[in-house]
Amino acid sequence: MSTEQLVKDVVIKFAGDSGDGMQLTGQQFTNNTALLGIDLATFPDFPAEIRAPQGTLPGVSGFQLHFSSDKVYTPGDLCDVLVAMNAAALKVNLNTLKPGGKIIVNTDGFDAKNLRLANYADGINPLENGSLDSYEVIKMDVTKITREALKEVHELGTKEKDRAKNMFVLGYLYWMYNRSLESTISFLQEKFGKKDVVLQSNIKVLQAGYNYGDTTETFTTRYKVEKAKLASGSYRNIMGNQALAYGLIAASEQSGLPIFLGTYPITPASDILHELSRHKSFGVQTFQAEDEIAGITAAIGASYGGNLGVTTTSGPGMALKTEAMGLAVMLEIPLVIVNVQRGGPSTGLPTKTEQSDLMQAYYGRNGECPMPIVAAHTPSSCFDAAFEAVRIAVEHMTPVILLSDGFIANGAEPWQFPQQENLPTIQVSFAEAKEDEAFMPYSRNEKLARPWAIPGTKGLEHRIGGLEKQNITGNVSYDAENHQTMVLLRQAKVDAVANYIPEQTIDSGAATGKVLILGWGSTYGAIKSAALALQKKGYAVSHAHLTYIRPFPKNLGALLAQFEHVLVPEINNGQLVKIIRSEFLVNAKGYNKIKGNPITTTELEAFVEETYFS
Amino acid sequence: MSAENIVAPVLTAKDFATDQEVRWCPGCGDYSILAQVQKVMPTIGVPKENIAIISGIGCSSRFPYYMNTFGMHSIHGRATAVASGLKATRPELSVWIVTGDGDSLSIGGNHTIHLLRRNFDVNILVFNNQIYGLTKGQYSPTSEEQKITKSTPVGSIDHPFNPLALALGADASFIARSMDRDPKHLQAMLSRSHQHKGSSFLEIYQNCNIFNDGAFEIFTEKSTKPEEALFLEQGKPLVFGANQQKGIKLDGLRPVVVELGDTYNLDDLWIHDETDFYKAQTLVRLFDNPSELNHFPRPFGVFFAKARACYEDMLQLQIQEAIATKGKGDLNKLLRGREVWTID
Ligand code: SF4
Repeated sequence: MSTEQLVKDVVIKFAGDSGDGMQLTGQQFTNNTALLGIDLATFPDFPAEIRAPQGTLPGVSGFQLHFSSDKVYTPGDLCDVLVAMNAAALKVNLNTLKPGGKIIVNTDGFDAKNLRLANYADGINPLENGSLDSYEVIKMDVTKITREALKEVHELGTKEKDRAKNMFVLGYLYWMYNRSLESTISFLQEKFGKKDVVLQSNIKVLQAGYNYGDTTETFTTRYKVEKAKLASGSYRNIMGNQALAYGLIAASEQSGLPIFLGTYPITPASDILHELSRHKSFGVQTFQAEDEIAGITAAIGASYGGNLGVTTTSGPGMALKTEAMGLAVMLEIPLVIVNVQRGGPSTGLPTKTEQSDLMQAYYGRNGECPMPIVAAHTPSSCFDAAFEAVRIAVEHMTPVILLSDGFIANGAEPWQFPQQENLPTIQVSFAEAKEDEAFMPYSRNEKLARPWAIPGTKGLEHRIGGLEKQNITGNVSYDAENHQTMVLLRQAKVDAVANYIPEQTIDSGAATGKVLILGWGSTYGAIKSAALALQKKGYAVSHAHLTYIRPFPKNLGALLAQFEHVLVPEINNGQLVKIIRSEFLVNAKGYNKIKGNPITTTELEAFVEETYFS
Repeated sequence: MSAENIVAPVLTAKDFATDQEVRWCPGCGDYSILAQVQKVMPTIGVPKENIAIISGIGCSSRFPYYMNTFGMHSIHGRATAVASGLKATRPELSVWIVTGDGDSLSIGGNHTIHLLRRNFDVNILVFNNQIYGLTKGQYSPTSEEQKITKSTPVGSIDHPFNPLALALGADASFIARSMDRDPKHLQAMLSRSHQHKGSSFLEIYQNCNIFNDGAFEIFTEKSTKPEEALFLEQGKPLVFGANQQKGIKLDGLRPVVVELGDTYNLDDLWIHDETDFYKAQTLVRLFDNPSELNHFPRPFGVFFAKARACYEDMLQLQIQEAIATKGKGDLNKLLRGREVWTID
């Protein structure tokens, strides 16, 4: 009999060839975990090439899942369990496994051919040469057992049968972590409902995996992770890009403005287009344009017509949209520009994460061209950030840049989703003609926002464009004094947003102390975990995380002044840190990692300890 | 008095003029085009506030400032894309794009062809002056080979676009050509562009008297026009010449110029049919350099007009259908998703 052991915290990495279905396996285990109320965070790690040669190192696809009965902030630095479907998957991921960790291997993926493709020297098989002795290796011939389980199914060929391999691994892990198969069975029913043979085969293999654990008792211990103590309420699992799309839809509902998304497919932003295009019943209009420029300019046209114009992209696309962003700044119309950042420059590392487009968002346009910037920091916070970006754009009549990145876009976590009743309303008022009063397209309200006068409104016929505007009338003006006035007005309008956003808070730690770790974006989880660990050790370390990057919250300068040191960890070569130094004249330092993957808790914790406390 | 009895005041060309000083060079062909557009607008039956004129960058793109409608002077080459977003979401508006040969065929060439294939119901007025005017005289994508300009001191080696052939290649549903110097014809073509449901691509030969004076003289001057310009009329034979003495006949797939008289009469000629795509493909190729021997006359008028579904209608239809089948989106349902768990 196996015994059951209660554990707090587990990190599993599913790794295999891109064709092995590891993303799906990971997602299924994630959903199963989430439904039990266990807290979690995920990190899919895609290969750059969709069809990298089978069995090779570049072809390895990974999915990391961290789950715990404590609050989870990151997908985990190191894994407790590594599932390796082939030799390449083992080779690529072994360095992320904890000492003594478990490796579940598909021995069929370690034949001579696979070993050669994974660049192991002739005659070397890591499963046989003792190199894995410090780990617990569970070997099983997944391919063989899968075929065996389906030997009665004559309708499917071997190739089709082999496709169910991942279900075997999933079933085995369900046994290992004491799970029910229900969530995956109902998923399979939905997916293959009409193809009964395929459905039954998948279920059979899933059960075979589970039974394999039961009968062979490869482990004498099964594990159980209890529910996390999350705030009471209803939860669901959500991915970043999906949350971002939902945030836009929610903002559309709360403002009464139909969404128009003008966009061009680009990794890792395309999923926002896919998600939004499914929600036509919310009046969402999606337009897959001929290029990035057409994406944003069509969105400008839609905003001009009284819609919620949105464009989504990643770094290279952002570069192409730059001129049009300048137009939107001149036109002073609402527009949301979403940049799901990835490794750059140029095409860079499309499937890897980076935070290196902040300077581009902040400064990267011709002329004095300020735009508000909002940044999401976790998968679920993409919802709030998107909602805020729309609110600012519409209420302040300005284009707004929303920054996300590949890490949170594809990552997932439990989300205590809001109720529509609790969402704020976004104020929209289209201008109307007033009798005996000439319409002034560049007059301003208390927020310094100009009126939104849409075509079709009688008496408001007027012309706008990219040439400098005369203050108030909006006529073309080359006047020197007027230009300075307008440059300052556009800046003041963006600065005034600070009056309508929350003040900056400290996420953890005291309001004053030795070190403030100031972050933005997807480094949140790592900084949070490191800060908590350092505080536990008694260090005077605090953590603050920025959502509003332009303008900064009004109290940010004062908040920074309460600390001896300000440390800004970023997945770039030091961008926020430069802006902070120039805006606040504080001696902020950077911690920079530019490897296409997230900063880990361990490395950051060690860095802070070494730098400030030894 | 019931509401129906209040007759909307009849607008005139003047109502479409603005208080902005027109800043084109004196003598520029743009003045005539502006005048014809202002004359046609009151006749198309669209309230002024429902008209939006979108332009890019270039001399012609100043156009919206002089039209008392809604207007946007956008960025170089992108008027077509801005207009696409506007029309997609506001199908009831009458959207006009004013652009030049550089704006629509060079920097904005990509958006032009994609707009045409999607067939948004908009009117594209391409002011073709075969030169870059605003940047002071470089050759454009429609300038003839060997042209000496500021950027081609020993002659251009760029082969020019044939704008109508390009538009037809992109499956434009309406293509036509007119000229600044023939106000009546231009007005007629503007009206036709408006009437056509779908993308209307109207190329207008426009004289830039500063940097490319006389580029179209041969088609516009009284002395040469009858022999060099061929005016297309639906259902009519292709005739031209000072005394209407010449015609074009189809010899199999080849057009040939014939003298009317003993050998050929009107019945032998090519009868113009705007809805015939194959004929239109040949017609757009009557694009000879007028200095060549035995060249064809240049056709003016509607080359091709055939309705097909418009992007904006299909976009809005998909939304209506989604709402009809699934009901209006329920935000709480969306946010909740399918798998929810509760923590007490
Ligand atoms: S430069 Fe040429 S096209 Fe431009 S306004 Fe002057 S005459 Fe007209």
